[in-house]
Amino acid sequence: MNLHEYQGKELLSSFGVRIQRGIVAQNAEEAVAAAKKLTEDTGTGWHVIKAQVHAGGRGKGGGVKLAKNLDQVKEIAGQIIGMDLVTPQTSAEGKRVHQVLVAEDVYYPGDNEPEEYYMSVLLNRGTGRNMIMYSTEGGMDIETVAEETPHLIFTEEIDPSTGILPFQARRIAFNLGLSGMAFKEMTKFVTNLYKAYVESDSSLFEINPVLKTSDDKIMAVDAKVTLDANALYRHKDLAALRDLREESAIEVEAGELGLNYVDLDGNVGCMVNGAGLAMATMDLIKQAGGEPANFLDVGGTADAARVEAAFRIILKDSGVKAILINIFGGIVRCDRVAQGVVDAYKNMGDAINVPIIVRLQGTNADIAKDLIDNSGLDVMSATEFQEAADKVQAVLA
Amino acid sequence: MSVLVNKNSKIIVQGFTGSEGTFHAGQMIEYGTNVVGGVTPGKGGQTHLDRPVFNTVSEAVEKAGADTTIIFVPPAFAADAIMEAADAGIKVIITITEGIPVADMIKAADYIKDKDCRLVGPNCPGIITPGEAKVGIMPGFVFKKGTVGIVSKSGTLTYEAADQVVKQGLGITTAIGIGGDPIIGTTTKEAVELLINDPETEAVVMIGEIGGQLEADAANWYKESGSKKPVIGFIAGETAPAGRTMGHAGAIVGGSDDTAQAKKAIMRSCGIHVVDSPAEIGKKVAEVLKG
Repeated sequence: MNLHEYQGKELLSSFGVRIQRGIVAQNAEEAVAAAKKLTEDTGTGWHVIKAQVHAGGRGKGGGVKLAKNLDQVKEIAGQIIGMDLVTPQTSAEGKRVHQVLVAEDVYYPGDNEPEEYYMSVLLNRGTGRNMIMYSTEGGMDIETVAEETPHLIFTEEIDPSTGILPFQARRIAFNLGLSGMAFKEMTKFVTNLYKAYVESDSSLFEINPVLKTSDDKIMAVDAKVTLDANALYRHKDLAALRDLREESAIEVEAGELGLNYVDLDGNVGCMVNGAGLAMATMDLIKQAGGEPANFLDVGGTADAARVEAAFRIILKDSGVKAILINIFGGIVRCDRVAQGVVDAYKNMGDAINVPIIVRLQGTNADIAKDLIDNSGLDVMSATEFQEAADKVQAVLA
Repeated sequence: MSVLVNKNSKIIVQGFTGSEGTFHAGQMIEYGTNVVGGVTPGKGGQTHLDRPVFNTVSEAVEKAGADTTIIFVPPAFAADAIMEAADAGIKVIITITEGIPVADMIKAADYIKDKDCRLVGPNCPGIITPGEAKVGIMPGFVFKKGTVGIVSKSGTLTYEAADQVVKQGLGITTAIGIGGDPIIGTTTKEAVELLINDPETEAVVMIGEIGGQLEADAANWYKESGSKKPVIGFIAGETAPAGRTMGHAGAIVGGSDDTAQAKKAIMRSCGIHVVDSPAEIGKKVAEVLKG
């Protein structure tokens, strides 16, 4: 589950991580009030207005702007709130902005030049341990840094039985070239950051940039936080931060029905039991000349109610020209699934207006095929995987 | 021969009396698997499915001689169940549970690393040695005995592959479901290595998916091993968009090196017979073995 920047920063701050301070606003008037309050609290003159959407690269799409007075705060907040922000990480239509973060200006002049670093905390899948990845090249796209200057990316792996150790925090600060107060600030920053990651059961922290201000403070200017969805049961407060407006409505609905669904752009909908077989079915659709319209794992119990729910979800996508159902019956009996397809089809009447190919294999596959073939419905049955692909190809031709 | 589980394995079920545990333990017993008992804390001394119930795994080891366990415990308690099994001296720990928090698995993986045990899973369908032992949730009838080993991250895709192999007139030595989570006990490389070193296994089917480096590691190991035993591979998720989790928690493209295309290229360069179509796994196995 992803958090907004302002939510992520609040989380970090609650663990003692210094952040660029800000106040979230839902409209231009609130933004002006937020800016006034922020000036009182922090003394900041200028303000940064930042679109709060779940996508990176917001600055490139015009979603992050500097306001030098309250009139500009009002004008910019008014522009950003309600816009469809297009960034390198969104679709071409962009994402609707519902709120902005009004933040203090932290690039003020001083004794030293401000410097930006990169820092993330994530799982190293190879070793099964968390690691802190960091670089002197902050504010840039880390994939670009990894390609062009991989020697500027460092990692520090954390032993789960000890957590981050003081010498590791020092090593990070040394590798970033810090000394004096900035050095001390960084060791505290990274120690608290790791603590926040572990105690919130996060699966990704990406802080880009981490800023060294002109007066040697270390702070998070941005925060991308992803929480481990499997651990939300023990973090009710964090689970409540979920913003459904940021997710695809159809995926949210599917999730509520217990279906694992990912919306895609293709023309062949699919309904499969098991994640691996679902991905393989999508691949086969492509090889048959189609494009998968979705990923959909109906899970271990594909009864009539579930099949009908899945049909309704798939058919919400008007781009769907055919539906391929691929079930490998193990514990699930194919004849039950076939009956589910027939019942759902009858219940839904004319709502199903695209050809359906049903491939049922495994337990009672023969009975299931007879059931489908004798139903009188416009459903094509197949038993072999390739046969199903050939039928998809024929339907699309 | 076979690997990991056979007719002599003494198997217990953790989460024995729960609905999942009861159903699948019943199926395993019906298959002929040597289930010697189960563990449900607080229900020790009872009998369930004609087998003894123990309060702790150590008790099951002591009294029933258990050496293998299958875990159906709910996600919030599953990592603890893994550690309990390791502590009790269980040698093969098969974890079916899906949805264990990553932080719990980091702890469990660290706890068991110096213990003499092998974890398989979590979030896996289990292991089957046809005709001897079904320690998992797979439909037993699909897997006929034979000489082809299977390693897979996915459940139903394993059944699909086994079915295709059997329809070619071949059969399975052992099929190992390694699981689709970001942290799993037995890697693709370790499972492939076990099967390559099994004298009865003549070919290995390796089924992977997007995300992580496990298939590349296995492919590189295979090349370096110089083994002449053929490996047939498939990677699911060629059409999956980057950055989206596809059902399995670990099935997410993170960079340019863990896409299906990149993995298949590495596997091909290491001498693995890679099929692009999931419908051609069985055919390719037959072609390689009979050709």
